[in-house]
Amino acid sequence: MLISNMEVVPGKRITQHLGMVQGSTVRAKHAGRDIMAGFKNIFGGELKGYTELLSESREEAIDRLKQQAAALGANAVINVRFSTSSIAAGASEIFVYGTAVLVEDR
Amino acid sequence: MELIVFLVLLGLGYVFGRLSESRHYRAIIQREQELRVISVVPVKIPPPEYLRHESTLVCGSVVISVDYFKTVAASLRNIFGGRVGAYESLLDRARREAVLRMQDEARQLGAETIYNVKYETSRIGENAAKGLGSVEVLAYGTALIASTASK
Repeated sequence: MLISNMEVVPGKRITQHLGMVQGSTVRAKHAGRDIMAGFKNIFGGELKGYTELLSESREEAIDRLKQQAAALGANAVINVRFSTSSIAAGASEIFVYGTAVLVEDR
Repeated sequence: MELIVFLVLLGLGYVFGRLSESRHYRAIIQREQELRVISVVPVKIPPPEYLRHESTLVCGSVVISVDYFKTVAASLRNIFGGRVGAYESLLDRARREAVLRMQDEARQLGAETIYNVKYETSRIGENAAKGLGSVEVLAYGTALIASTASK
C-alpha cells in the first residue's frame, strides 16, 4: 500500500477515487510515566515516554487507515493529513485521514 | 517554607533546563549538518525530474517538556507582554528535532528528498488544560526514493 501526503503520485496515474479513509487511536501511558513527566516539567528536556507513545499510536492509526483502504480495494492512499489532540490528562488522540485511490504505472 | 520550595524548584529548573537546552542545540546543529544531503521542501508537487521516483510517507515526532524556570518566566511575561523567549526556543527545538527525525527515517529508506512537508503541533500531558506543559511536534512529508528501474 502506497501512502503519500502529496496530491499526485510521481510517475503514476490515478484511475479511480474511492473516497476518504481514516484511522484514529486514543492512547494513555501508565501513571508511573505521568509522574515522571511531572518531574520533567521541573527540569525540562525530552519526554521519551510520550514520544514513544505518540509514535506507537501513529503507527496504529496508519494501520487502521490502511485496513480501511484495503477494504475499499484501493492500492494507494494520497493526500494524507495528521491531526493530534489531547482529550484528557495523559491521553492523546491521533487522527489520520486521506483519499483512497487506485493508481497504475504511467 | 513555600518560598524555599519555590526557589529550589526555580534554581533546579534554571540549571538543568539551561544544560539540557544547550546540549540539545549542539546536537541539533551537528545533526542538521550531517543530514543536509536530504533536502526538505514544503512544495506540494515535485518537479518532473522526480517522475520516476518511488514515494512514501515519512514522519518524525518529539515531545519536549518545559522546565520550571521557563514556566515562571513565561507567566511573568504574560503580565508585561512582549516576546516570550522561553517558549520560542522550546518550540524551535521541537520543530527542528522533529524534522531531523523525519530526515533520519528518509535516509534509512535511501531517499533523496522530502516534499510537501507539514507540521502538526499540540500540547499534551496533565498541564494541557493549564499552561504549556509539554509540546508535541509531528513533522511529516513524502520521501522520494530513486527507484532501481530508473537508473
